[in-house]
Amino acid sequence: MKYVLKKFITLIITLLCISAITFGAFSIIPGDAAVSKLGVNASPQQVEALRQEMGLDDPILQRYGRWLSGAVRGDFGDSYQYDNTTVASLLSDRLPVTAMLSVMSFLLILVIAFPLGILSARFSGRGPDIGMNLVTQVIMAVPSFFLGILLTYLFGLVLHWFQPGQFVQPDEDLGACLCYLVFPAIAIALPKIAMVVKFLRNSVLAEMEKDYVRTAYSRGNTKSSVLYRHVLKNAFIPVITFLALLIAEILAGSIIVEQVFSVPGVGRLLITAILNRDYPVVQAVVMYVTALVVVINFLVDLLYQAVDPRIKAGG
Amino acid sequence: MKLLEVDNLTIAFEEGRERQIVVEHAGFSMEKGEILGVVGESGSGKSMVAHCLMGLYKKNEKVIDGRILFDGQSLLAMPREERRRIQGNTMSIVFQEPMTSLNPVKKVGFQVEESLSIHRKELGKQEKKELALQALRDVELPGAEEIYESYPHELSGGMRQRVMIASAIVCRPKLLIADEATTALDVTIQAQIIRLLKKLNASTGMSVLFISHNLRVIQEICSRAIVMWQGKVVEQGTVEEIFRHPKEDYTRRLIAAIPTRKKRRNP
Ligand SMILES: Nc1ncnc2c1ncn2[C@@H]1O[C@H](COP(=O)(O)OP(=O)(O)OP(=O)(O)O)[C@@H](O)[C@H]1O
Ligand SMILES: [Mg+2]
Repeated sequence: MKYVLKKFITLIITLLCISAITFGAFSIIPGDAAVSKLGVNASPQQVEALRQEMGLDDPILQRYGRWLSGAVRGDFGDSYQYDNTTVASLLSDRLPVTAMLSVMSFLLILVIAFPLGILSARFSGRGPDIGMNLVTQVIMAVPSFFLGILLTYLFGLVLHWFQPGQFVQPDEDLGACLCYLVFPAIAIALPKIAMVVKFLRNSVLAEMEKDYVRTAYSRGNTKSSVLYRHVLKNAFIPVITFLALLIAEILAGSIIVEQVFSVPGVGRLLITAILNRDYPVVQAVVMYVTALVVVINFLVDLLYQAVDPRIKAGG
Repeated sequence: MKLLEVDNLTIAFEEGRERQIVVEHAGFSMEKGEILGVVGESGSGKSMVAHCLMGLYKKNEKVIDGRILFDGQSLLAMPREERRRIQGNTMSIVFQEPMTSLNPVKKVGFQVEESLSIHRKELGKQEKKELALQALRDVELPGAEEIYESYPHELSGGMRQRVMIASAIVCRPKLLIADEATTALDVTIQAQIIRLLKKLNASTGMSVLFISHNLRVIQEICSRAIVMWQGKVVEQGTVEEIFRHPKEDYTRRLIAAIPTRKKRRNP
């Protein structure tokens, strides 16, 4: 319990730091919000009036406090780029799409990488392992966006399994939407699958050398019961950390892959917002993504505690 | 009656064409109910013999020659599946490294009763637990119930070694191999464990192959011992004989070296 509390306090502090850094960074970036909102042709009087209205002349701490209290309630202000549109409403359209894409990629990684990693370790040094090693080596070297292009070409243009560019919104037809998202999800997941396979394989093989494995054999365990009853749980511990790191990479990967597959997610929103200097949107997306990564890390810490009994004692 | 007969045992590590012999023509035998000591300096091949008896082989390890008769069965000739039925059941081992020989993420209870789960499939959950608790009490661990539910990292080195012994004796084996079971522990705990092994031997008739590089410890626990040197069994007989009339120059040096009791641990 103490462990959870400690981790939770760390989480809150980290989130506060991130929000401060995000806010600070955007207030340093040159460019005036009032000017970007009114356009370069606005008169100085108009700009000054808007600055007053937006409270841009207030001290930075006051503005930060205002922004933070809004952010906590999910209110990130208005977009500069689209009139009368709140950042929150822009996000609420795109977040579910990116979330589905990321979750799908993550599930693909889990479902495919774990069996393959274990298989690779079981047959280490023999046919299946050598073959897998070769394949993972190649896949890891291919960047996601290029895989995306290949997949679009193969499944979209040659096989016609999906229509590139014809994204279906989830509230229209969830099934069709998911079918479309499978392909970008594969593009994101494949290189990560290769990494996890390799990582898990090496982790299992490293555990196999430990003394407790010899003890397990000395009790009459078969090779597979040693693997499943003793080694795997130990081998998963470092993999959990690795997966947590991967989540940030999946999110980053989805920003790029969304472009390739024309998926209207947070990634696309972010890129257009950056191009249009729509700072409230950029700020909100950055805040969301980093907060998500931090929260996931918190959950991973909890998961750790469930898997590794030594952590409770360490605190 | 003989429980164990080892003849002409030769073990080597082979890598490509290179062959490094680590145990050479080793032979000795053990009576039922006996505690037999094995002494020898570090690297003399004691653990190699012990692990070979257990059927635990390292990478590149090869048994080149020899015969091991255990309880009338020829161990080296039998198929792997049959060998497995002996491991942890009629023959078990306590390793040199108490701190790392237990699985860190499994409860002590699971690990103590594992041999039962493997070899006594007919036992129910509750029966297994009863036997495991009994084994924990046999090794004089206070608060067996609590230890049953704990994890290895919550126990001290001496307690872990007792847990290892408990897990080794839970199936009531005919032979317990104690491979420097006390070397890594401090002197008081060392004495306790030796007393414990003697007690178990007396009360259950379990034979013990007691390996140590400490002649004084051997003197305390065994009546008969063998001396190993550079992979060979250079001497065997009663401890008395070995002490009074050492045949080999090496044994003499070993005896001469007793007071400088060096403590070491394998990595
Ligand atoms: N994996 C291995 N590859 C090559 N040689 C090995 C390997 N493991 C052990 N040996 C060698 O086998 C010999 C016997 O080792 P063993 O562990 O049986 O010694 P020991 O008598 O148990 O010593 P200690 O008192 O240190 O436990 C040593 O010379 C060691 O170098
Ligand atoms: Mg040894």
